[in-house]
Amino acid sequence: MTGDLRQSDALMTLEGLTKAYPGVLANDQVSFSLLPGEVHALLGENGAGKSTLVKMIYGLVKPDAGQMSLNGEEFTPVNPAAARAAGVAMVFQHFSLFDALSVAENIALGMDNPPSTRELASRIRDVSQAYGLPLDPDRIVGDLSAGERQRVEIIRCLLQNPKLLIMDEPTSVLTPQEVEILFETLRKLTSEGTSILYISHKLEEIRSLCEHATILRHGVVVDTCDPREKSARELAELMVGDKLHVPSRDPAEPGDVALSLSSVSMPSPSEFGTDLRNVSLEVRKGEVLGIGGVAGNGQDELLAVMSGEARAQDGSITLAGEEINTLSPGARRARGLLTAPEERLGHSAAPEMSLIENALLTGSVREKLVDRGFLRWSKTEKFARRIIEAFDVRTPGPDNAAGSLSGGNLQKFVIGREVLQDPDVLVVNQPTWGVDAAAAASIRQSLLDLAHKGAAVIVISQDLDELMEISDRFTALNEGRLARPVPMQGLSVEEIGLMMGGSEADEVAA
Amino acid sequence: MIRLEKRPQPSKVWGALTPVLAVVATMIAGGILFWMLGKDPLEAIRTIFWDPLFHETFGPYSRPQLLVKAGPLILIAIGLSLGFRAGIWNIGAEGQYIMGAICGAAVGLAFYPSESILIFPAMVLAGAIGGWAWAMIPGVLKVKFGTNEILVSLMLVYVAENILASVSQGLLKNPDGMGFPGSRNFRDFPAAYNTDLIEGTGMHWGVAAAFIAVILAYILLTRHMLGFQVRLTGEAPRAAKFAGVNPTRLILFCLGTSGALAGLAGLFEVSGPSGQVSIDFNAGYGFTAIIVAFLGRLHPIGILLAGLLMALTYIGGELAQLMLGLPGAAIQMFQGMLMFFLLAMDMLSHYRVRWKAPVAAQEGAK
Repeated sequence: MTGDLRQSDALMTLEGLTKAYPGVLANDQVSFSLLPGEVHALLGENGAGKSTLVKMIYGLVKPDAGQMSLNGEEFTPVNPAAARAAGVAMVFQHFSLFDALSVAENIALGMDNPPSTRELASRIRDVSQAYGLPLDPDRIVGDLSAGERQRVEIIRCLLQNPKLLIMDEPTSVLTPQEVEILFETLRKLTSEGTSILYISHKLEEIRSLCEHATILRHGVVVDTCDPREKSARELAELMVGDKLHVPSRDPAEPGDVALSLSSVSMPSPSEFGTDLRNVSLEVRKGEVLGIGGVAGNGQDELLAVMSGEARAQDGSITLAGEEINTLSPGARRARGLLTAPEERLGHSAAPEMSLIENALLTGSVREKLVDRGFLRWSKTEKFARRIIEAFDVRTPGPDNAAGSLSGGNLQKFVIGREVLQDPDVLVVNQPTWGVDAAAAASIRQSLLDLAHKGAAVIVISQDLDELMEISDRFTALNEGRLARPVPMQGLSVEEIGLMMGGSEADEVAA
Repeated sequence: MIRLEKRPQPSKVWGALTPVLAVVATMIAGGILFWMLGKDPLEAIRTIFWDPLFHETFGPYSRPQLLVKAGPLILIAIGLSLGFRAGIWNIGAEGQYIMGAICGAAVGLAFYPSESILIFPAMVLAGAIGGWAWAMIPGVLKVKFGTNEILVSLMLVYVAENILASVSQGLLKNPDGMGFPGSRNFRDFPAAYNTDLIEGTGMHWGVAAAFIAVILAYILLTRHMLGFQVRLTGEAPRAAKFAGVNPTRLILFCLGTSGALAGLAGLFEVSGPSGQVSIDFNAGYGFTAIIVAFLGRLHPIGILLAGLLMALTYIGGELAQLMLGLPGAAIQMFQGMLMFFLLAMDMLSHYRVRWKAPVAAQEGAK
């Protein structure tokens, strides 16, 4: 690398950044520089130290050692406000917006000195027009789609005229069409000289968007490269430091219908949720049914109605021919229907409880962890250890709180917990959300293996690549309605996009 | 100057240490309070914490009182802690305590002057049922209509107090009492009297029940599915629903159990140390038990220790009023400080305290 040359005209230079947390060196002597007007990818597995690194740049975490410089001057942000003042902005993976407020109000809340609402609204309109991000400042955020919400966050950043924009997994909630719009915006920004630090695990995206990539592994920079010159597989292997295992499968002949929903309707339990309308689907033993769709189109509700957390108001749900709509989650588990919701912290796992206790959370019935009401802790601990081992969950031990695990590791634990219980039907929502490539591949492989063994698997996901990789049949949720499932093979991205947009499956398949 | 950093998981060491620190801080702040009132702080602290147990004159009298006072506090607090763990806030233990006492006493008085050995067990049962039924009112209202159990259970305390006033002057009034309010005294009714199990120790059936409750609650919370569901509901309600916990059953179980235990405490008190149903036999144990439950970190063993400590401050407080002329309000403030410091110190188990340069603090304030 031509280090001297790059540093002299770099926008930002990091030198020897080091940050240790008790028991783990999150960043060890990380150095790289960002040129003005480039899209620079930050790649790495879960726990590789990407988050810690960008938190240091954004002033959320103070480095133990090392320096940063911005435009040749020393840069030591003490908090995000200071970082913003210096021209560094960040769009987080999880949005921090208030559903009940309007776009302009939300943006004003995030500003250090907000102008009057009217002035702000006109500035929002200007920016959104200039960058091709259509957004009405008066709309209520609760009514916006995930893509539109992300626009709110991006515009909030753009209003500060940042020199460096940090984006954490920005495309994970977008439709293919929305991704294109976002990329247009980002290219426009870089052409004006703004640099973008882009964190993503979607390697194809990085290859099409980024000019440089810095790859982190266990807190250390292992390589810097031009992602356009590498294949996605090469990038993934650099990240993992090992040969990457690509999910493989031998499609089994689909068996009998395992789970079927017919004309299920359910009003959403939450105010900003989506009602399910007349949803029908069938999933057979040995097949993987992929359900696509942009977040907020009824995914959570669909999972809840299958897990037993919510009851369908109309229609029927049958498991192996038996009506189960009135059964509790526990009774459904006993009959072989297992589920894994999207939200890990607080829904599929209790963050402050240990992994052992979290293994008990859904494993009590099928793993026989309860004997006449009394808990069999040693058996539960064995079950937890089995999950940790079989799914390569990185944790010091099963006594650790679920919340202390990284997102990917906790997700591996949650999926592993259900898969190891040998379900007849497994329904998962966003199985690889915010999970790195290696972990995602192993989760997908385990779902395929499960289907191969004869279980019916439903994968609800916004990641189309994922669905294309593992589904036998595909359908999409749009405003609580489900398109008619069609075979995945031969389906083009355009057809999928149309199904996600609510066009009838027949028209698409025809 | 000081920055708080959330710990990845709550520290067990600090969790165990904070109650001790809170007691020490209370002693210091209380000492300053007593000093400002013109008393010798060390003597005041000694009178409250040491003399009740070890003073040669007062010790023999106050030592049994420790168990007499701690028994009902622990029994009620154990019940409350189950609900508090699950986020079900029964604030009306005082009312359940009164209703348990009235029901239990009424059963006993109905058979006066029988000498059957079945009378006392029947009273115990009636006491538990009385408290349980009183707690079921907020429980059923919450389950059926979504009312707030905090308000309903608290309001029912005042209803119970009025019922108490009414029965002690009416239904349960001692027919041989020359018109004075209050029931017959259980001391004159041996088959129904809750006497000391070991003479002179204050160890009556209620204290035994409290110890049993501590053990059972400990087993429930650490070994039983129901206890796991209670904890899970408190820690992550959505995960509890996902796991298949039935919220209705859990609400009724938690409120019912805390009501039954409070009712038992009331019965043991009225048939023992208090001796009769009177307008003011209740000493606010139902409210103080809330403090005991939190002081004990909602943990059975912690509650056992906290109940003993709280009883000590009661007895010591009375002694300090008597010996040093400290005003009663100062003692109550002292007990309030204990709760305050405990909650404040609680932060230490969830956060790590870091010192930071003052400049950074100013930036952070923006």
